[in-house]
Amino acid sequence: MGQFLQQLINGIQLGSIYALIALGYTMVYGIVRLINFAHADIFMVGAYMGYFLAPVMAKVFGGAFIPTIIAAMLITGLLGFIMEKLAYRPLRYKSRLSALITALGVSLFLENFCALPFVFGPTFRKFPDLIVAKNIPLPGSLGLIIDNVLLLDVGVSVVLMVLLFWFVNKTLIGKQMRAVSFDKPTASLMGINIDVVISTAFIVGPALAGAGGILFGVTYGSLNSPSLGIWWGLKAFIAAVLGGIGNIPGAVLGAYIMGISEAFATSVNSNLGYGIAFAILIGILLVRPSGLLGKFMPEKV
Amino acid sequence: MTFLRTHRTLATVIAFVLAYVVIKLLSVLPLVDGGPLLNGYYIQLIALVGINIVMTVSLGMVNGFTGQFSIGHAGFMAVGAYTSAMITTVWLHTSTANPWTAYPVFIAAILTGGLLAAAAGYLVGAPSLRLKGDYLAIVTLSANELIRTVIRVTEVLGGPRGLGGIPKLTTLEVVFVFAIVSVVLMRNYLFSSYGRSMKAVRDSEIAAESMAINTTRQKVFVFVFSAFFAGVSGGVFAHLLQFIHPDNFSFVKSLEYLIYLYVGGSTSISGAMVGPAIFTFLPELMRGLQKWRLVPQRHRKEVSA
Repeated sequence: MGQFLQQLINGIQLGSIYALIALGYTMVYGIVRLINFAHADIFMVGAYMGYFLAPVMAKVFGGAFIPTIIAAMLITGLLGFIMEKLAYRPLRYKSRLSALITALGVSLFLENFCALPFVFGPTFRKFPDLIVAKNIPLPGSLGLIIDNVLLLDVGVSVVLMVLLFWFVNKTLIGKQMRAVSFDKPTASLMGINIDVVISTAFIVGPALAGAGGILFGVTYGSLNSPSLGIWWGLKAFIAAVLGGIGNIPGAVLGAYIMGISEAFATSVNSNLGYGIAFAILIGILLVRPSGLLGKFMPEKV
Repeated sequence: MTFLRTHRTLATVIAFVLAYVVIKLLSVLPLVDGGPLLNGYYIQLIALVGINIVMTVSLGMVNGFTGQFSIGHAGFMAVGAYTSAMITTVWLHTSTANPWTAYPVFIAAILTGGLLAAAAGYLVGAPSLRLKGDYLAIVTLSANELIRTVIRVTEVLGGPRGLGGIPKLTTLEVVFVFAIVSVVLMRNYLFSSYGRSMKAVRDSEIAAESMAINTTRQKVFVFVFSAFFAGVSGGVFAHLLQFIHPDNFSFVKSLEYLIYLYVGGSTSISGAMVGPAIFTFLPELMRGLQKWRLVPQRHRKEVSA
């Protein structure tokens, strides 16, 4: 029982980080129908920003965590904006395939550019101790281990998700985003500036991934190389598809399913933990081809 | 020239044979001080180019000519590589000492690898090719990683340690024969009535369906066919490098093949042969600039897109 609950808690922690990345995939997909492979590398940039900014922020503000996460979100948001402007906007009315391949190209570019010695460098780096992990003593005899980093991960991602839901559902630009994702040509006829909406999606999504990068750094403490983003991004992307890509609650649901199942599978065999996500995904897509919460879109002739 | 234009198969064979003769001459004649121009390192690279050409052309059949988007081709390569290495190395302990017994075993092993890869292709393709567009991409990607996970947890295949000690049965000649046969077969498939149906599916699935083409069946067919060639190339690859590791066949490897394909042009066989030729060499030539290794790929791709 204790073991079961412990894995469940670990899974929720993992799922929270996945959720922050998955939201970016799903927002961009919902609006421009593009699988933004470079999102994984934005997550990586976020994590490295934590490494470089934390000492500066500690000096300037005293406390480091909150200023660092905000600065990292701003920088990754800006990066997302530039990326859309330079790489995806010229291809917006070309075939979707060329945008997809460009996304692959941007991803490879970011990964290898950041590995240059004068950018981030290819070497291992230790993430600064923004938060020192401390076990929280729990009453009861189950032997659960909960530390403050876990609470922080879950807390930060829940706060950001609530903010995002508020943003998408209550603000004007959020309403415009939903309209564009529903029907782009009609939305533009209703006087919605599509460019602004797309740019917003490319700022908000990467900003969330940047926050995810900081949480990743705080939780795992090591930045192996600038290619660390690719597997996290891949799994978060799978989570977004699992929940129904383009659907925001779906991405969160998918991310938690993914995190929890991965935690359980890893407790059986560490190699299995990696593959379980893909097995679940194939299983679900065969039963519900548009994901758990996704809407089925019939093809029009 | 007119004769060669009407007999494309023969032209392909002649081109390959000419390329072989040139490479062989360059690797034998002492043109520069101290030996031939092409040393063992270059010969190995050229062999890799041959394997990558077959991989890319077979990927092009699915992505370029049928208009589907498969991004898990390396998974099928892994199935072929591990199956053939399993047969030659783990079960039969084949060695290069006696080529008269080694080569029949090798050929049987790579064909078995191809068949198993085709079976895996059927398992992945049959349910997922009913899905449209992006979802196919996601399922193939997942299948790639799933295959890799299965290899990682299978102890007899070496698990996460990789499988070594594979006899070096792949020579330059083997690669050339393999590339000629595969490219000619795939070309002839593309120019058959099946190939025309594939292109019809690509151009408009609905129109193709109303022309009495069973679109799902065509897609599954070409997917299985392409997985077969990926499996065979995997076998040849394993016996060239003599060591295979599950990480050799990750999603990143599949991305490399996509880049090779789209650099050359996805709807052209010659393009699918030029892409891997350039991009197998270029990163190697720039090894001195280690960390810049993949940057020009992005640049080239921009030009072609």
